[in-house]
Amino acid sequence: MKTKYLSTGNEACGEGAVRAGCRFYAGYPITPQNELTAYMSRRMEEENGVFIQAESELAAISMVHGASAAGARAMTSSSSPGISLKQEGISYMAGCELPAVIINVMRGGPGLGNISPAQSDYFQATKGGGHGDYRLPVLAPASVQEMFDFTYKAFELADKYRNPVMILADGMLGQMMEPLEFDGDIKPPAEVEKPWAMTGAKGREARSVKSLFLGDNALEKHNEKLQEKYRRIVEAETRCETYKTEDAEMILVAYGTVSRTARACVDRLAQKGVKAGLIRPITLWPFPYGEISRLAKKGLKFLVVEMSAGQMVEDVRLAVQDDERVFFHGRTGGGIPEKEAIVSMVEKVV
Amino acid sequence: MAKKFAKPRSMKDVATHYCPGCGHGLIHRLVCEVIDELGVREDTIAIAPVGCAVLAYDYWDFDTMEAAHGRTPAVATAVKRVHPDKLVFTYQGDGDLAAIGTAEIIHTGSRGENLSVIFVNNGVYGMTGGQMAPTTLLGQTTATSLFTRRAEKEGFPLKVLEMMAVLPGVVYLERTSVHSPKEILNAKRAIKKSFQTQLDKKGFSMVEIVSPCPTYWGLSPVKSMERIEKEVVKEYPLGVVKDVGLVSS
Repeated sequence: MKTKYLSTGNEACGEGAVRAGCRFYAGYPITPQNELTAYMSRRMEEENGVFIQAESELAAISMVHGASAAGARAMTSSSSPGISLKQEGISYMAGCELPAVIINVMRGGPGLGNISPAQSDYFQATKGGGHGDYRLPVLAPASVQEMFDFTYKAFELADKYRNPVMILADGMLGQMMEPLEFDGDIKPPAEVEKPWAMTGAKGREARSVKSLFLGDNALEKHNEKLQEKYRRIVEAETRCETYKTEDAEMILVAYGTVSRTARACVDRLAQKGVKAGLIRPITLWPFPYGEISRLAKKGLKFLVVEMSAGQMVEDVRLAVQDDERVFFHGRTGGGIPEKEAIVSMVEKVV
Repeated sequence: MAKKFAKPRSMKDVATHYCPGCGHGLIHRLVCEVIDELGVREDTIAIAPVGCAVLAYDYWDFDTMEAAHGRTPAVATAVKRVHPDKLVFTYQGDGDLAAIGTAEIIHTGSRGENLSVIFVNNGVYGMTGGQMAPTTLLGQTTATSLFTRRAEKEGFPLKVLEMMAVLPGVVYLERTSVHSPKEILNAKRAIKKSFQTQLDKKGFSMVEIVSPCPTYWGLSPVKSMERIEKEVVKEYPLGVVKDVGLVSS
């Protein structure tokens, strides 16, 4: 039976993880995601899991590295400056093909920036962040409900592809409260076989979990295997939500918090007689190039709205293949793109 | 005729990449002998460092994984928490443990994690070409202390065990060496005691093993052993640094 709760996004992430079978969490305090770490300290105790407040984000992600290698469903969370530190471990886990979930509740940057909501880690999340040719599925929730649902889904994807998965949220989604509904009897995604896990070599050959490949062509072969996996993810897991796009003359593109404002703008513009639609990427990687490209072939214009100086807009340009038709509106450092500004920009360029 | 000496079961029958006279081969073997004697090969999970021993999983016939440079104890912490009944140990060099991984080793000890650390101290970064390590002796020339290590410019050698001794979660610390057959046997005894400490669920323990690096010390294997005996152990005295007496050796 479904029960309704009033929850912050941060706590919804935590509960989504617990319901997905996460029994190992390591984290380090940083605003605006602290409620998530505190929540996990209670829930891991209740579920006989492991909670560790690590000495740094470097240690926290390495703990997740170890727990995942040992076969556990593991998660860490942080906010922008802390996620920069975690890039080391994320690259190692991508190289070792270890499943794990990393939550980034983004705040303003660069540097210490501030603690207000931002979307300025898009490049870091979707283009690599750490060193080496690797990719992470990146899911972008836009509500407290999706903080729960997408975190649950992230564990499924991580196990399915033996790969770290990131949730890219922001301080607004983390801190705000909304209704959250889920079935109390929800079962975790089915356990997958882990014939690589560190469990002790009882009755089998010894195993190693590593990202080091020194022999002739060994690393290139490993990378080819990773790239083949990434192609499968692109094919099977690209997700976006569309709203009133079919007869639109102008398409708004926005994700996360901003997509909610953009959706309201579509309705406002409709009242004013302007046919606008919205594409909301749900997976930022893999990016929904296909859907945007399909609409671009109709000759439409696109307005990308972000809480950044313009990051996702580069992917939209790649999809549209005509920079003249791609416009951008962004705010940084905690500034929120306002409805009036978006509506008037659409009216100007449509 | 009875077989008196054989390759340990826990050791793979392969050649290692180590330089002639390197201590790692010896210490790998000691670890394997102890694991065989304790009968825990199938219940062991090791974490290899980044450094000369990065390929330990190619030589050990038990589950062994990689960690990012210095994060070895953080990885081990998690592995042990997930599998509290396995023997979990890290095998780290002085760059991994005493420089980039200082925070991780101290906090793993501070939390009193029930695991073992084998700390191989040869005073240089061997894998990258013999650079100065935190453990390099004053007056020692390395690739990055060409004018020798001088206290006023390069600072002092770091004694990790003495630093760890003040932590209440740390139950057993001993510094050993492999410069003579007697010391090698003593190092093995200390490794065994550390592993037994863990199997008895008594807490964090660490064995430092002073080890030769003939290649980057610029000495023959024999001269390297002599250097340990005459010089290195003066800075790093051998013996028990801490033992709360929970297990008998």
